[in-house]
Amino acid sequence: MTLLSPLDRKLLRDLWRIKGQAGAIAAVIALGVMTLVMLSGLVNTLEQTKTAYYERYRLPQVFVPVERAPERVLERLAEIPGVSAVEGRVTGMALVEIDGEILPIRAQAVSLPVHGRARLGDIYLAEGRMPDPARTEEVLLLKAFADARALKPGDTLSATMNGARRGFRITGLARSPEFLYTTAPGEIVPDDARFAVLWMSRDSLAAAYDMDGAFNEALLGLERDASEPAVIAAADRILDPLGGRGAFGLADQQSNFFLTEEINGARSTAVAVPPIFLGVSAFLLAITMHRIVQAEREQIGLLKAFGYTDGETAIHYLKLMLAIALAGAGAGALLGIASGRAMAGLYTDYYKFPFLVFTLEPRSFVTGFAISVGAATAGGAGVLRAVFRLSPAVAMRPPAPADYSASGGIGRLARRLLDQPGRMVLRRLHRQPGRMLGAAIGIATGMALSVGMIGLQSGFARTIDLAFTVLDRSDAQVTFTHAMSEKALYELARLPGIESVEPVRNVSVLYRHALETHRGAITGLGDTPRLARAMDAKQRPLPLPEGGIVLSSTLARELDASPGDFITVEIREGRRPVFDIPVTAVADSLLGAPAYMRLDVLNRALKEPGRVSGAYLRLAPGAEDSVFTTVRGMPALAGIALKEDMREAIREVMDEGMGAMRFVMLAIAGIVTFGIVYNAARIAYAERARDLASLRVIGFTRGEAAFVLLGELGLIVLLALPLGAVGGYGMSALIASAFSTEIYTIPLIFDAQSVASATLAVLASAVFSGWIVKRDLDRIELVSALKTRE
Amino acid sequence: MPGKTDTSPRIAFHTEGLTKTYGEGEAAVHALRGVDLSLPEGELVVLLGASGSGKSTLLNILGGLDRATSGSAHFRDHDLTTHSDRALTRYRRDHVGFVFQFYNLMPALTAEENVELVTEIAKTPMSPSEALDLVGLGPRRHHFPAQLSGGEQQRVAIARAIAKRPDVLFCDEPTGALDSTTGRAVLQVIADINEELGTTVLMVTHAAHTAAMAHRVLRFSDGAIHAVEVNATRLAPREIDW
Repeated sequence: MTLLSPLDRKLLRDLWRIKGQAGAIAAVIALGVMTLVMLSGLVNTLEQTKTAYYERYRLPQVFVPVERAPERVLERLAEIPGVSAVEGRVTGMALVEIDGEILPIRAQAVSLPVHGRARLGDIYLAEGRMPDPARTEEVLLLKAFADARALKPGDTLSATMNGARRGFRITGLARSPEFLYTTAPGEIVPDDARFAVLWMSRDSLAAAYDMDGAFNEALLGLERDASEPAVIAAADRILDPLGGRGAFGLADQQSNFFLTEEINGARSTAVAVPPIFLGVSAFLLAITMHRIVQAEREQIGLLKAFGYTDGETAIHYLKLMLAIALAGAGAGALLGIASGRAMAGLYTDYYKFPFLVFTLEPRSFVTGFAISVGAATAGGAGVLRAVFRLSPAVAMRPPAPADYSASGGIGRLARRLLDQPGRMVLRRLHRQPGRMLGAAIGIATGMALSVGMIGLQSGFARTIDLAFTVLDRSDAQVTFTHAMSEKALYELARLPGIESVEPVRNVSVLYRHALETHRGAITGLGDTPRLARAMDAKQRPLPLPEGGIVLSSTLARELDASPGDFITVEIREGRRPVFDIPVTAVADSLLGAPAYMRLDVLNRALKEPGRVSGAYLRLAPGAEDSVFTTVRGMPALAGIALKEDMREAIREVMDEGMGAMRFVMLAIAGIVTFGIVYNAARIAYAERARDLASLRVIGFTRGEAAFVLLGELGLIVLLALPLGAVGGYGMSALIASAFSTEIYTIPLIFDAQSVASATLAVLASAVFSGWIVKRDLDRIELVSALKTRE
Repeated sequence: MPGKTDTSPRIAFHTEGLTKTYGEGEAAVHALRGVDLSLPEGELVVLLGASGSGKSTLLNILGGLDRATSGSAHFRDHDLTTHSDRALTRYRRDHVGFVFQFYNLMPALTAEENVELVTEIAKTPMSPSEALDLVGLGPRRHHFPAQLSGGEQQRVAIARAIAKRPDVLFCDEPTGALDSTTGRAVLQVIADINEELGTTVLMVTHAAHTAAMAHRVLRFSDGAIHAVEVNATRLAPREIDW
């Protein structure tokens, strides 16, 4: 009949009795575990989905662009050791015009295989049908672009390819792992609406780009144990005489680079953030367990008096602690799975995966449970050891009244200033400073978490603000199809509506320093640029030196280089010069990982004096449309981008990509902070219920009794606020770096506003928690409170 | 010493020079100042004295709840003063039952479950309902402490103490919190246990009238026994003038 031992029944009823507190603490630990399970599961899911998508649609491992190579060269590429598959295709830049848009949109045209599916670089037909190879006007359009521009199968568009304008009909919409992110050349931020990909018949495209019987891009698949650098070197050797433009691996492919960086960002968030949340939860769990077990001191003594051994007694309380910790961790794991799944779904849409491979990270469960159980045990074990040291006779007696005599001085001093309840509060703080400090530190930790998370929100805004108003003060940016004489800029400057023009030259390069390499670009700027500048951390413009390079802090970190070091620069275009150059300064980097040189110095290195690849423009107010209408006819214009559009694009990446996690984390931080304050109030109430009932019995009013309790809580909170502000600084730094990726850097923001907001959150939590315990105190049944110990 | 004084009733407790000091230096409190004592098995012994006279301290030491500062205390062949914590736990578990002034029931457990708490770990216990029947609380076995009167709670505590069939029952002011009628009923239960089960009973009280029901009375003052009386005739608890 009795399945449970009486001790286990005691356990269940004890749990029921402290359900409010147990629930609050379990909820806090649940949030910690949830963060861990959710983030690690999300990262795993994205990683697995990416891999599956790449494999299913055969994304190549090496891309080999070339000016023009005859078809038969593909056979030579196939013979390179380690190459398992080869596909040749024709691809070219195009400008697409659509109704209602003044500016042409940059696009990449890609050939479809003549027969069947592509051996490498396959596509997923999301809507409509494949183009008929016999109909040269039929194209597939990248679905992300079509969605952003509200285009659908059956619509028409016109595109300029190699100088000739043609009309096309869209037969279908496609997705491809190669174009998950699309970024217009010369820009750093992907934007679905401003870059299109067209797939069309090989013959049609070959005719447009004069590639009959030839290809201008080869795709290579590698065997499992192949050496990518060796294959790249071999491909370059074969294609160099034909105008090879430098083979590169998947890691340097733009869309993959961006996606990988996002996932890396998510991973570093998943590594750095959950420990913060879990640590705060574990700390709180330990403190609360300590208190709960301490309150059981007399019952522990009684069990020992009956002859229960230390071990048996410890196991009983361990069960109590484990029940709370495991319930919290279990709920957290379930919440983590559910929220991880929901977020993975959102991100699948965001990253445009056609399917989702939902996977969890088993280690996160183990870690979550181990930390919860460990913290609970650690918190309770200390008290148990202390109680076990007492003889049962002592443990069973209620603890001797705390000795307040040492705080008598306070009484004398405060007698004239404070009434009796006020003195009680002060004396208690004086008498048990450790306990009060523990509670204050708990609240301070919660507040620090909120300070950090609130600061992070400003950090994201600051990054956008600095990048687009301080560093870059232009209104628009034009890019040419190839490096042009700077005379083109004079023409631009003469156009009505353009107030100023500044040259820029972007060249793609490979950096080397020590063992590190990085594929990126150098931005060449004028002597004293005013529109786009390199700046140090204090927003002071950095002069570009005659003989050196300025690295962004992200790139400097990537290359492990600091001012004074020489780095090797291999330029990947033109004559492809290679040179060593000293780093003269490190610029604050906010977006991407740029590097800056003086334009004339860069051009000298390239042996191409007076060349620019684009320009920054300052426009007269309201002149955008007229300028664009004039500029669109310029020969060799690859594109023009409004800074407002770019700002929106990066905002979207930050708010909908991995950065969106910050909103979720802010909410969780808020709940954790409340949970901690509420716990502190509950514990204070539980420890003092008897004293407070005694006060009521001897004639104190409800208000006066409440003052003793709430006054104590208030003082703890006041003590916690400055501690929380100080801790918030460290937490802000930790969180900002955890949320930074190579795509964007989040600065440490620790300002009055975040501290004030977090302070308000703590105070609001304190008022609400105080109101709840005050309600309980008002309802306390005086006689029973004094009779039974609860 | 054992063997030599082997006259008819066996000795349950034997102490020599037992002292207990709390605290140190000036603040030291001498709760026991050298107690020599021999108590035969099967007796009902009442320890009388004012608050702070040392009677509860002696009870705690003999019950294995506390340790002496010096001297020796034996239960049969157990040397309580040299026992390890583990051995003291064993001793309490196998031989001893306790009844406390404030009942010390687990509020989260019913009457029956409070008894079960002890029968679970005892070697040859009676059933919890049998123990509750003995104290006349069979019908209330499923009540929680908060639903029982003080006397009923104390009887549950007695049932809990005797359910393991202890060799010794220690009662610390068992009627201290009770009115006279209830107190008499509780004392009757204790007397019955002593009578019917042959359990040695040591009962601490400061109510002098309870002395009449004892085989033996130890009078305490200032940490020492100043008189030992053996009652030639005993009164039943109901006859005691409260």
